[in-house]
Amino acid sequence: MDKILRIDMGAKGGPKMTESPAGDYAGLGGRAMTSSIISAEVPPLCHALGQDNKLVIAPGLLTGSAAVMSGRLSIGCKSPLTGTIKESNSGGQAGIAMARHGYAAIVLEGKPEGSDLYKIVINDKGVSIKVDNSLKMLTNYDLIDKMKGEFGEKIACISIGPAGEMKMGAASIAVTDMELRPSRHAGRGGVGAVMGSKGVKVIVFDTSGLKMRQPKEPDKFREANKKFTEGLKSHPVTGKGLPAYGTSVLTNILNEAGGYPTRNFKTGAFEGASAISGETYADLETKRGGLATHGCHTGCVIQCSGTFVDKNGKFVSKQPEYETVWAHGGNCGISDPDAIAKIDFLDDTYGLDTIEMGVAIGVAMDAGVIPFGDAEGAIRLVNEVGKGTPLGRILGSGAEVTGKAFGVERIPVVKHQSIPAYDPRAVQGMGVTYATSTMGADHTVGYAVTANILKVGGFVDPLKPDGQVELSRNLQIATAAIDSTGMCLFIAFAVLDQPETFQALLDLLNSFYGLSLTGDDVTALGKKILTMERDFNKRAGFTAQHDRLPAYFSKIPLPPHNVTFQVKDEDLDKVFNF
Amino acid sequence: MSVSSGKIKILLKLFASLRLGRFDAAYREYDRGISVAGVIRIEGLPEKEVTLMLVNGRHVECDHTLADGDTLALFPPLGGG
Repeated sequence: MDKILRIDMGAKGGPKMTESPAGDYAGLGGRAMTSSIISAEVPPLCHALGQDNKLVIAPGLLTGSAAVMSGRLSIGCKSPLTGTIKESNSGGQAGIAMARHGYAAIVLEGKPEGSDLYKIVINDKGVSIKVDNSLKMLTNYDLIDKMKGEFGEKIACISIGPAGEMKMGAASIAVTDMELRPSRHAGRGGVGAVMGSKGVKVIVFDTSGLKMRQPKEPDKFREANKKFTEGLKSHPVTGKGLPAYGTSVLTNILNEAGGYPTRNFKTGAFEGASAISGETYADLETKRGGLATHGCHTGCVIQCSGTFVDKNGKFVSKQPEYETVWAHGGNCGISDPDAIAKIDFLDDTYGLDTIEMGVAIGVAMDAGVIPFGDAEGAIRLVNEVGKGTPLGRILGSGAEVTGKAFGVERIPVVKHQSIPAYDPRAVQGMGVTYATSTMGADHTVGYAVTANILKVGGFVDPLKPDGQVELSRNLQIATAAIDSTGMCLFIAFAVLDQPETFQALLDLLNSFYGLSLTGDDVTALGKKILTMERDFNKRAGFTAQHDRLPAYFSKIPLPPHNVTFQVKDEDLDKVFNF
Repeated sequence: MSVSSGKIKILLKLFASLRLGRFDAAYREYDRGISVAGVIRIEGLPEKEVTLMLVNGRHVECDHTLADGDTLALFPPLGGG
């Protein structure tokens, strides 16, 4: 994993490929790689859909190795949704395939003239890029079926659906899972629109005959991997809760804690939460013959996913994630688990960020486009997005555009990106993360729910401002580093609580690369990435005044606790004082 | 429903693995002055597995004393996101 493939999609006479050693970017992975290339090479004031933006795809440092949980890949660009730098990461099989093909990064550059659509194929003979206009406006699931027909089952794909081709702000990039379903997504920030602007529909990796990446110190690596696995298996969250109930196990506790944003962030508790909880989904999956415990990539030992089937046992979608179930469920006043799973499939196949779509529909419901609770109406709206009708184009541009188009005051976004499934008034640490994140509102970049709600890594009262800045800061630093390793972020539950599991992670990195990193080095890496990203955003025109929540979160109290967001502006400005 | 003197009535909610073989939610009567730990003991819940305790939507410790009309929600360790 020491070379970078660059494809200039705008070259005269057709796309031009160059392969070079990683050079200045050697030793970087995942988010460290994507943010380094974007901040060094993309003019911050460029148009995100223009020729000067780049789409960088990078596996993590350990991706493609035998390290458990290490299958993630990062996708970076200047975001067409937020205007900031963006790193969106995903599980699935493509990161592993890409790393084993030796690529530390694939960079799509330039912009093709005309409207041809390209297919990139990477196998042991090299890289080919061909026009394939038969793929135009195919949904992700139909596209992957076609790729299977063409290349067989031993492939992994990175693709966009119609939303990406239409360059929508909510467009995601899909990654195929172990069953070759395009069910894993780099969801946030409109990365799919950037891939669409480059004219690339799909990247197909041939996975036959690929060899595992080998560590420099095999014995130490094996031992570290064993300890790391044991740590994950013995921690009650990663070893028990996540496998049994999936990420939607959070629905009930957020609802009980009064932090579950309901009907476009009007209240913090939803009367229909139980019907769409992780407990209910796991129960339905088990009774109907689906699967309640399943991984999204090879080497996953947490297995937080599953397969959702209908009453007749027919596949509907992968087990919808907590954020999806919230966005299309409680946030829209919908408590029908079957309808939500159906929408999850539609989002996946059209190539849409489930959070942005759910929040956009919630805003549309607030405007009276359809009533809250109208599941059939919500399905119809997602189909409009997939078809690209004028209403669909508005919704597919995200919650902010939708709110503006319909004259809604309460639009839950920061830096133009939708706030996810934790109300910042009742989970104030998340408010700090949403406000200050380099990515726009994003829960993963500093998941303060850990200490605010789950009592992982200590406890900080979620309803008070005290301690939230420090909590968010430390989590944002740690997350930037983890997002560079290729590790699934869920390892953090065990790593935060168990020093020996954190040490095992360090030992994995050290034995793989022959390094002697300490915890301080990891912290330094996280700070370096954040500093780079903040600098890009500053050059793109972002100031301290953009590091704020929409004003209504500080003015309108959230029932049932009737709290407002209390963290002071001057304290938000201290998050990156490190 | 009136509560006999010296007793309090609370709504007890159990989640995730704590439900298995028990119930999702039920109104229960306990002696006045009972703590969250007392409820866990009386209900035969696995002490070590009950790590998240919310009374009326606020996190408490297990020595928290319950009052008549409280809602007590108990969870095992959870994560996701």
